[in-house]
Amino acid sequence: MATDDHKHDDHKAEIDEISGTQTTGHEWDGIKELDTPMPRWWVWTFYATIAFAIGYMIYYPAIPLIETATGGISGETARGLAEKQMAAVKEAKSELDVKLTSTPLQEVSDDEQLYRYAIAGGRSLYKVYCSQCHGSGAQGAAGFPNLNDDDWLWGGDLNAIRTTIAHGVRNEDDEDARFSQMPAFGKDGILTSREIADVTEYVLKISDQEYGAEEAKAGKTIFAENCAACHGENGLGGREFGAPNLADALALYGNDRESLIRQITAPRHGVMPPWLERLSEAQVRKLALYVHSLGGGEKTSAAETE
Amino acid sequence: MSAEHDTTVETFLVEPTNSKEYRELYTARKKIHPRRTHGFFRNLKWLVMLVTLGIYYVTPWLRWDRGPHAPDQAVLIDLANTRFYFFFIEIWPQEFFFVAGLLIMAGIGLFLITSTVGRAWCGYTCPQTVWVDLFLVVERAIEGDRNARIKLDAAPMSAGKAAKRIAKHTTWLLIGVATGGAWIFYFADAPTLLNELIVGEASFAAYATVALLTATTYTFGGLLREQVCTYMCPWPRIQGAMLDEHSLTVTYNDWRGEPRSRHTKKTRAEGRPVGDCVDCNACVAVCPMGIDIRDGQQLECITCALCIDACNSVMDKLGFERGLISYATLGEYNANMATAGARLVDRAGDRVWDTSQIKPSLVRGESGHISKAIAHTGFSSFIRPRTLIYFAIWSLCGLALLAALMLRDRLDINVSRDRNPLYVTLSDGAIRNGYDVKILNMKPEPRSFELYLSGLEGGQISLAGAAQSQSDKLIVDVRPDQLRKIKVFVKVPRNKLAKSRLDFEFVVQEIGGPEMTTYQARFESPSQ
Repeated sequence: MATDDHKHDDHKAEIDEISGTQTTGHEWDGIKELDTPMPRWWVWTFYATIAFAIGYMIYYPAIPLIETATGGISGETARGLAEKQMAAVKEAKSELDVKLTSTPLQEVSDDEQLYRYAIAGGRSLYKVYCSQCHGSGAQGAAGFPNLNDDDWLWGGDLNAIRTTIAHGVRNEDDEDARFSQMPAFGKDGILTSREIADVTEYVLKISDQEYGAEEAKAGKTIFAENCAACHGENGLGGREFGAPNLADALALYGNDRESLIRQITAPRHGVMPPWLERLSEAQVRKLALYVHSLGGGEKTSAAETE
Repeated sequence: MSAEHDTTVETFLVEPTNSKEYRELYTARKKIHPRRTHGFFRNLKWLVMLVTLGIYYVTPWLRWDRGPHAPDQAVLIDLANTRFYFFFIEIWPQEFFFVAGLLIMAGIGLFLITSTVGRAWCGYTCPQTVWVDLFLVVERAIEGDRNARIKLDAAPMSAGKAAKRIAKHTTWLLIGVATGGAWIFYFADAPTLLNELIVGEASFAAYATVALLTATTYTFGGLLREQVCTYMCPWPRIQGAMLDEHSLTVTYNDWRGEPRSRHTKKTRAEGRPVGDCVDCNACVAVCPMGIDIRDGQQLECITCALCIDACNSVMDKLGFERGLISYATLGEYNANMATAGARLVDRAGDRVWDTSQIKPSLVRGESGHISKAIAHTGFSSFIRPRTLIYFAIWSLCGLALLAALMLRDRLDINVSRDRNPLYVTLSDGAIRNGYDVKILNMKPEPRSFELYLSGLEGGQISLAGAAQSQSDKLIVDVRPDQLRKIKVFVKVPRNKLAKSRLDFEFVVQEIGGPEMTTYQARFESPSQ
């Protein structure tokens, strides 16, 4: 019986009769706890994760040190991978960029891959650099031209668009910037307010709007003397001076009587930065191709080709 | 009567390890060693195995000529190009409802089959059943039948045992590799992929899939076996809702077998009643699920019907009619139990038959043949409102899918209008809208289409990029089996703008062919 007593010792594990499982050896007021082993699948999965962790620590950078971390035999890091990927993309792009700068603009659309690349690049560049003034849909605003339409101040073929983007308009940073200035006919006293009112009626007439017949008649003479030099005899505009077409349905600062009088009296002049100072030639070309594709792009005339 | 046959029937020492009385909660699994059977259902299962495995392994190798612009594999799930080819049918992702429809049909079909012939899917065609059967063939070929396998399991490890074990597991793994290998052939050109697999040039995904399916086939078919059906599969639980008293299930006919006795001759000589069951345990020895069918319908039973074969061969030896274990409906069983004199009693809350009351004399007449009063299931049990409704739904799904397949277009157009800007005013006062037009040529041949406007007075269409060349229609070439996205501009002169919103249609018409389709679109302009 002595051995039997020893068996029931509080701190002695025993085999439970019913389940055949060993107990933990602890007893609380006669209650004993079975020490049921973990399921085998669980234990093996656990061992497998340990083996995986050891392999992982050997292969990848893992243990942090004071300044750096252990390198692992692969030396592979997420940052390193990202840098590699960026380099690969840059390299792939640089080839296309070289091709883009060396191809005449009007021939880019013949190369489907290059064209798609340029348009996609132009679209994202537009969002970053152009949309602040010209609008996210390139729809423009008063004083900022709508790039979707077919009315161009400085020309709407690929090369003209590229030049405008590259050198900008009326800025002091680029000698080749597009430049023109309309005299302030009212503010500087060149025309009287009566004359301005008359010439306004004439502009309303040629742009196919309601007008006063008598005033327009007088205005025609004033127009011929003061305006036709830049805007053309029939008001069709002059792109060499960035002079808008006054006979069409579109006007940068508004086409109604009030807006026209205001513009003739004290003209406003928009400014655009020279983008070639900030962007590469390839980027400027991408933008030119993108803007040209928006719907108003004109064909490059044979004489204008690069 | 046939007591002299007693000695010719082998009695098996076997426990139905998965029967409720033997299977306690949380006990480790006891390995089952099913004995080989011969008979009608075994042969039927061989045939089903041959057909299902044949379909699975051969299908990816069937060819189907679709011309030079599409793959020639009869069944191909082309994930990279998002196309599904099935013989003469080609499905694009937006036509996936065909697959969904087939899955609904499969579901309803499973209901229909289960409500008529019980768990026939489980017993004959379920991949788990088929592969376990195949793995058992291997096991039997290498280690012998039931008794030899039990002896081998109990024997200490030796060179001979190790050789058998290695041979068995290697063959299982090879079957697993073949299973996983066949699977990936459905997703790529089979001969090309096989070549790449062998020379080690296939993608990581291909090898990983083969490895994964090898592991699952080996584990499920070789190691887990009946546990997959009992513990992992939800279908045994669902079947309860599908079966009713008119569904066929594998049934031990107590009304004929009870009272069972191993000593028929002696019992009969003593003048006590004795049924047809000689308690030889053949039905238990062959059961791959480790149950005793004589305990009644159980969740574990996959109705593989092998116990029917086993019992029938015993009945043949005894000179009794076949069918002590048979496919029977619950309705028929209950009627026959009543005929045999059994009574329904309450036991632990359930209404169960008390088999001790069965009088074999009520089942067998003076002639010794089974009485005419005994009911037998006819095919009429298949025809009842429930099965007719399942069949009607199943057929309607099928007919609807067929009609949809016959009437579907192989040309489609999708249009989305520019919203930024909504419209553009041009220098002559006309208004222009921009549209992204997607034309889907769903035939494996290059085709040209005319794209024009209908119902938009004065509207002119032009392709973006083609600077200002307005026309009435565009010619669009689309490559075989491809979608082409083009940007078009539509312009309406100022004097034709009656309303700020004009509804019109884009029409795409096949050149030199009959196909034509339209898209309802809208033209926006500033309010007048």
